[in-house]
Amino acid sequence: MKPRDLTDLAMRNLREAILRNALTTLGVAVGVASLVAMLSLGVGLQQMASKRLSQSGLFDTIFVTPKNNFRGMGRPQREVVSDKPPRPLDEDARHQFENLPNVIEVYPQVRFYTEVRFNNKPYATVVAGMPDSSRNSGAFDGMQGNFFSSTAADEAILQIEFAKELSDKPPSLIGQNLTLRYAERQALPPSTSDPSSNGDSAGGFSVVPKELRLKIIGIVETEPAAGYGGIGNARLLMPLQTASTLRAAQVNDLRDIVRGSGTSKTTYSSLSVRAKSPSLVAPLEASIKNMGFNAFSLLDASKSLQTFFSVFDSLLGIFGSLALAVATLGIVNTLVMAILERRREIGVLKALGAADSDVQQLFFVEAGVMGLLGGIFGVGFGWLLGRTITLGTNLYLKRQNLNPIELSYVPWWLVISGLIFAVVVSLLAGLYPASRAAKLNPVDALRYE
Amino acid sequence: MADTQAAVQLDRVSRHYQMGESSVRAVDDVSFSVATGEYLALLGSSGSGKSTLLNLMAGLDRPTSGSIFANGKNLASLSPLDLARYRRNTIGMIFQSFNLLPRMTLEENVELPLRLAEVDHSERAGRVREALERVRLTHRFGHRPAELSGGEQQRVAIARALANRPKILLADEPTGNLDSATGEAILSLLRGLQTQLGMTIVMVTHERPLAERFADRLATMGDGKLLSISLVTQGAAQ
Repeated sequence: MKPRDLTDLAMRNLREAILRNALTTLGVAVGVASLVAMLSLGVGLQQMASKRLSQSGLFDTIFVTPKNNFRGMGRPQREVVSDKPPRPLDEDARHQFENLPNVIEVYPQVRFYTEVRFNNKPYATVVAGMPDSSRNSGAFDGMQGNFFSSTAADEAILQIEFAKELSDKPPSLIGQNLTLRYAERQALPPSTSDPSSNGDSAGGFSVVPKELRLKIIGIVETEPAAGYGGIGNARLLMPLQTASTLRAAQVNDLRDIVRGSGTSKTTYSSLSVRAKSPSLVAPLEASIKNMGFNAFSLLDASKSLQTFFSVFDSLLGIFGSLALAVATLGIVNTLVMAILERRREIGVLKALGAADSDVQQLFFVEAGVMGLLGGIFGVGFGWLLGRTITLGTNLYLKRQNLNPIELSYVPWWLVISGLIFAVVVSLLAGLYPASRAAKLNPVDALRYE
Repeated sequence: MADTQAAVQLDRVSRHYQMGESSVRAVDDVSFSVATGEYLALLGSSGSGKSTLLNLMAGLDRPTSGSIFANGKNLASLSPLDLARYRRNTIGMIFQSFNLLPRMTLEENVELPLRLAEVDHSERAGRVREALERVRLTHRFGHRPAELSGGEQQRVAIARALANRPKILLADEPTGNLDSATGEAILSLLRGLQTQLGMTIVMVTHERPLAERFADRLATMGDGKLLSISLVTQGAAQ
């Protein structure tokens, strides 16, 4: 039979027992809906986690330190320290990194612990310099107020918890000023007792207390790159260039002096190298290591996150499929009932010249149509279910004074695969009834009353 | 060897059924042939094997032994698909209980074999009209079977059997569910079609007087065997 006639006859048959077929189709729809809703939650959660992580800048950034950097108290050295003096992390190295392929930017970590005065009250906090590129990282999306007006502006963005410490109504802080009190490093004049000195080397530095007024221009939820390569979460953010010009004493300074590596040349305790994408981090990390520096990235963590979500999605998929499995039994039941009811009709079709394959295809198309319709409605219901769960969650979050989240997300691939899955599963369910109908003996079928 | 003049030729055809321990010989060693354009009536009491024989000729069933030649081919050795093609293109069938599909209109019922034979859509309407004109039912085109009388339903069934322009028409008790006047009208219609179209007709019936009036030859079955086969004499037909 031609596909058009086959579909026409199948639709007629489906309309004939409309209530039963509609209920069966609804069963498929519920099955697909539960599958789509489950997976949409999985995808939504994965997206949320990936977004937060990419906003944190953890996965596209390589953290570079000089080779003999102390790795922390009590931790063993990763490499054996050679007798050769380590390469300093200076401007030359920074330019070299900048010229590596696929590098977006190289910036120093400026991060220091200091005191902030607001309304004549002192507050202790960590200050961090933010590179201008962090504007587009997504971490400042949804912030209150604005991002820094220029790379060297005397402006501050506060982390929400810190803002709450300063005022009961954090939004009212925007536009007000605070005073940053910090210790400025001032290089000591070259040591005259050192005969090898050619005026370049410095024996150390002195620390001078300074103040800077900053205008609060924004409040943000989390600090990008929080807790990575620094000394805890920064709660006051300022433009990197402004922070650098302060020459504020940093935690590594004393160590460098003790180690005797201090020179008057600018050296960095660490540099962050940002790659164009997380996939380009591994080769970059290798070339930086070859240049004689320590380099770390959190790429492996990102990979295990992906593995975790594949397993998580599969589990959600399995639970979601249970309802669909029950629905397939419904299809088998409906079609087997249809064979009994239409036994004589199958006999007539065969007497008129229908081949076994015609009868088989007819039942297949009926199963397929139920699957397709069930799939279409199911994807719709599933999306709606996901939205409802998101809405409910957001209502709860709102009551808790938390920001709304996109808990469920139905991507195109989920829509298409939901439909394909529904049709394939329905066709599989139709396999047995269709072959049973095809094998029906026409003489017995015609005799059936 | 197949008789080239015969529309259907049966050669020592048997059909046995297994019923528990015992074997039922529904058709037992039957041989005869039906000439092209002939109208043969298969007579016999209930359970004599006449309907089983008709089903074997229709390709709905296969003989346990023997051969049935139709269109020069042995039905016993055809594949299931070829047997379906044979039913579709060579055979037209009508039944005692009409077997129209109740939810389809007359037009759709008559169109059904054309769908199965994958006849072009553009050609179908003409073929349906032609078949319904032959049974004089064009005025009830859009009606459903339940809205028709028994005689009209059987005429629709005949139109459906004619739609694919078959060479052989097989009728299983076509008057069994009809009153005698309507039955006579149906048989008269069949006779007319046979004359007009040169069709071969094999009709199963237990009404000997009607068979004698309309058929060319009578074959009588009893206990699965062919008891007699004879030409209808002019006197008997009157």
